[in-house]
Amino acid sequence: MITIFGIPGPLLFGQLLLGLINGAFYAMLSLGLAVIFGMLNIINFAHGALFMMGAFVSWMLLNYLDIGYFPALILAPLIVGIFGIILEKTIISRLYKLDHLYGLLLTFGLALVIEGLFRNAYGSSGMPYRIPSVLQGAANLGFMYLPIYRGWVVLAALVVCLATWAIIEKTSLGARLRAATENAPMVQAFGVDVPRLITLTYGGGVALAAFAGVLAAPIYSVNPNMGSNFINTVFAVVVIGGMGSIMGSIVTGFALGVLEGLTKVFYPQASATVVFLVMVIVLLIRPRGLFGRAA
Amino acid sequence: MTLTRRSALTSVAAAATLPLIRPARAQKPVIKIGVLNDQSGPYAQTGGKTSVVCTQQALEDFGVAAKGLNVEVISADHQNKPDLAVSIVRQWFDRDGVDMLLDVPTSSVALALQSVVREKNKVFLNSGAASSALTGAQCSPNFVHWTYDTYMLAKSTGGAMVKAGGDAWYFLTADYAFGKQLQSDTTGFITAAGGKVLGAAQYPFPGTTDFSSFLVQAQSSGAKVLGLANAGGDTVNSIKQANEFGLNNSMKIAALLMFITDVHALGLDVAHGLNLTESFYWDLNDRTRAFTKRVLPKTPNNYPNMDHAGCYSATLHYLKTVADMGAAEAKKDGVATVNRMKAMPVDDDCFGKTKIREDGRNLVPSFLFEVKKPSESKKPWDYYKLVVETPGNEAFRPLADGHCAFVKT
Amino acid sequence: MFGFSRAESIAFVVMLALIAVSPFVLYPVFLMRVLCAALFACAFNLMIGYVGLLSFGHAAFFGMGSYVAAWTMKFWGLDASVAIVLGGLTGAALGLVLGFLAIRRSGIYFAMITLALAQMVYFFCLEAPFTGGEDGIQQVPRGYLFGLIDLSNDMTMYWVTAAIFIGGFLLVHRIIHSPFGQVLKGIRENEPRATSLGYRTDDYKLIAFVLSCMIAGVAGGTKALVFGIATLTDVNSATSGEVVLTTLLGGLGTVFGPAAGALVVTSMENYLAQFGAWVTVTQGVIFMICVLAFRRGIIGELGAFFKISL
Repeated sequence: MITIFGIPGPLLFGQLLLGLINGAFYAMLSLGLAVIFGMLNIINFAHGALFMMGAFVSWMLLNYLDIGYFPALILAPLIVGIFGIILEKTIISRLYKLDHLYGLLLTFGLALVIEGLFRNAYGSSGMPYRIPSVLQGAANLGFMYLPIYRGWVVLAALVVCLATWAIIEKTSLGARLRAATENAPMVQAFGVDVPRLITLTYGGGVALAAFAGVLAAPIYSVNPNMGSNFINTVFAVVVIGGMGSIMGSIVTGFALGVLEGLTKVFYPQASATVVFLVMVIVLLIRPRGLFGRAA
Repeated sequence: MTLTRRSALTSVAAAATLPLIRPARAQKPVIKIGVLNDQSGPYAQTGGKTSVVCTQQALEDFGVAAKGLNVEVISADHQNKPDLAVSIVRQWFDRDGVDMLLDVPTSSVALALQSVVREKNKVFLNSGAASSALTGAQCSPNFVHWTYDTYMLAKSTGGAMVKAGGDAWYFLTADYAFGKQLQSDTTGFITAAGGKVLGAAQYPFPGTTDFSSFLVQAQSSGAKVLGLANAGGDTVNSIKQANEFGLNNSMKIAALLMFITDVHALGLDVAHGLNLTESFYWDLNDRTRAFTKRVLPKTPNNYPNMDHAGCYSATLHYLKTVADMGAAEAKKDGVATVNRMKAMPVDDDCFGKTKIREDGRNLVPSFLFEVKKPSESKKPWDYYKLVVETPGNEAFRPLADGHCAFVKT
Repeated sequence: MFGFSRAESIAFVVMLALIAVSPFVLYPVFLMRVLCAALFACAFNLMIGYVGLLSFGHAAFFGMGSYVAAWTMKFWGLDASVAIVLGGLTGAALGLVLGFLAIRRSGIYFAMITLALAQMVYFFCLEAPFTGGEDGIQQVPRGYLFGLIDLSNDMTMYWVTAAIFIGGFLLVHRIIHSPFGQVLKGIRENEPRATSLGYRTDDYKLIAFVLSCMIAGVAGGTKALVFGIATLTDVNSATSGEVVLTTLLGGLGTVFGPAAGALVVTSMENYLAQFGAWVTVTQGVIFMICVLAFRRGIIGELGAFFKISL
């Protein structure tokens, strides 16, 4: 057996791979948060709840309508995205003139409501969601069994993250978005419907969270707390990466997942805190975040 | 506007006066049973509502009305949180007049309540928690441990696995009183039989749903047996994920506490071949089948397991004792009630004839089962093959080894 | 004497009367829970109401205070008074360290950083051996106060809790109305201006944060004493959210708001407990209503109605 720094190779590679999977979720969630923050200037505390909703919608599609995993991968983000758009139109848009803290408090309340309703309806023990048969089984990589589904998660997350980045950085819609982030009144003066752009951005960010939720459903079993387990770590990821930076949140998300995996090998007790420790260090050295622009 | 503000304020004021102490004005003393368990979390299927149903079945079978007793059953969800449980139970005793506390899975919660029950001198009949410390270092004269404990599970399942050649273990342990106790009790049997423990991963409880990184560690440890020192939904999830990572090809899996409800959730195609220990199985004999037939209409999707059976058996024996000593006497003194329960022989459909030992341990038999292959299962919930039976007086830790403080030796 | 206005004096007397009468009518253990929550909310209000910084991680200080008080009482057999003081000092010390990091940013960033730091404290408590992990520190004896007063009686314990609450309440009030408190308000209203007037605003914010954390620690220690248990629930992020809700509902930056909020939130929890997750739903709905339509909170609205400041 190969050993690296006295650690058996299979263990090291195995944990790194699992870290990459967690990192995929961090990246997708922090990406959504960053997009929403850039445009709306609010921290979407309901992000975790909407991630959970994505998983639940796919579970409902399967159990009530017999719609399988792959259609759900498109349908669930669409449904949750529309839900997000309704939320933005009816409630969140009322707060833009107030202190940003109220946006935070409102979305926090929203998260409690959504999570509570699902807990009431389905309990908190969690419902199983089967891995689609195409993605079942495991590949023997020599150093470990990699369940094919988990490999698929990393791949799908990478594709979606890069696509989002490309849309924002390389298309004309993205250009308008970025312009509106910089100077909304000016863009409005050029005839761009900024409120609509804001609504669409919120819907899009939320849909990203829901997409991550569908990917997570077969791994973490669908339960109302799955979002809140993740979201605090994701906030730390966002602070480390620097809010509002698209590429920053993708890179930071994956990197911190891997770092967490490494910690599990060398000092497992610290694996839950390592992300927060990094956050403290970043705050001390570079308060605006690794990829953040100066305020 | 003024009106709405005022009315809003009055309703707030009204809400504040709600917790008034209501004077009890019943003519006949009411015996109140409080069923406290997990009704929404990982142990909701193993205990939960079915425990309440079985408690009520005991009232019905005993015929409380005909015997002139006035009995009420209330229940609450403790969400596996010790502090929440303490405040619920204090309120039950202080304000709602509860006399007997029943079920209480989750060892950390049960241990936290032990002192409250003793302070208020009530009766605590535990069916759902497993820590053997409840009749050992943390024992109480107000307490009976009814159904199973970590020592008995470790002896039955752990002992059998080592005998079959599984002498190198890796534990996946729920990090709280129960998991730690189960791991240490099992370790005792493994080392005594000449085996060794190569490592253990303790994961946060409740709240862990992904066990993959612990499973990768277990796999690289080179152990022959993966010992699952957890229960309920956690056990189900860890077995599933162990299959996903191919652990079932390289290691044997020992589920140290598993119920028939968990086997049902897993399905026989995943669970077949597992060894596990219960002290009750619905299809064991004519009496257990008769009991199951009576409760099943009230809980059609959840067959009773040993936790549920324990709630039934404990309630039935408690009611017999109360009828024997009189409801007013029983309400007054929890220790006296428990002492009377220990003096009377226990006999019911679930466990047959058993006896409660001085330290509060009810000596029920334990059965090592093997889960059937899908092809062997002929009817709904036909899941177990009996491997070996251990009689009650051999299944549990000897009285002297528990070092229970109030037992005179 | 404490800088109360006329209206505030009347309200204070009403509050004292309520505290004195209620244990004869209501269940004292429930009231002690209200008082601990109220003190905790007063501590939190010092930050949000008077410095304008929203801490989303105050449970860290409450919870550590509770752990330290419980541990020292159970294993060192310390007197209840000493244990609670130690709980407060723990809160203050932790507040100094975390505050030093957090006050580098303000607004939403401050909220997120405190949330993340508190999460770190939570994971620390989960792993550290002295907290008992998932089991918590259980069966903590109430013992004696000053070696004389037996606290095992619920009524005695109630009066002690009430005294601690009133002490903490007056301390917060005193801080707000001191010259120090005036500077804090100045910083809240216009920080660059305070800086240009020569105040080191970061120092002021940090001192206020440490004071707030100290009182939170005392509240946590008292809670551990009352219930004889300290668990992860106390350091959980849900507890942080609850104190935000309590203060928001009572009225941010009002003197009596936190107490009023605590009464409503705790009663609601008590009566909705049997309906399981409806507690969370109701809390969420109240949050949203407060933010959308009721930003002054109960006491704030009352004050506005009578045109007084409470």
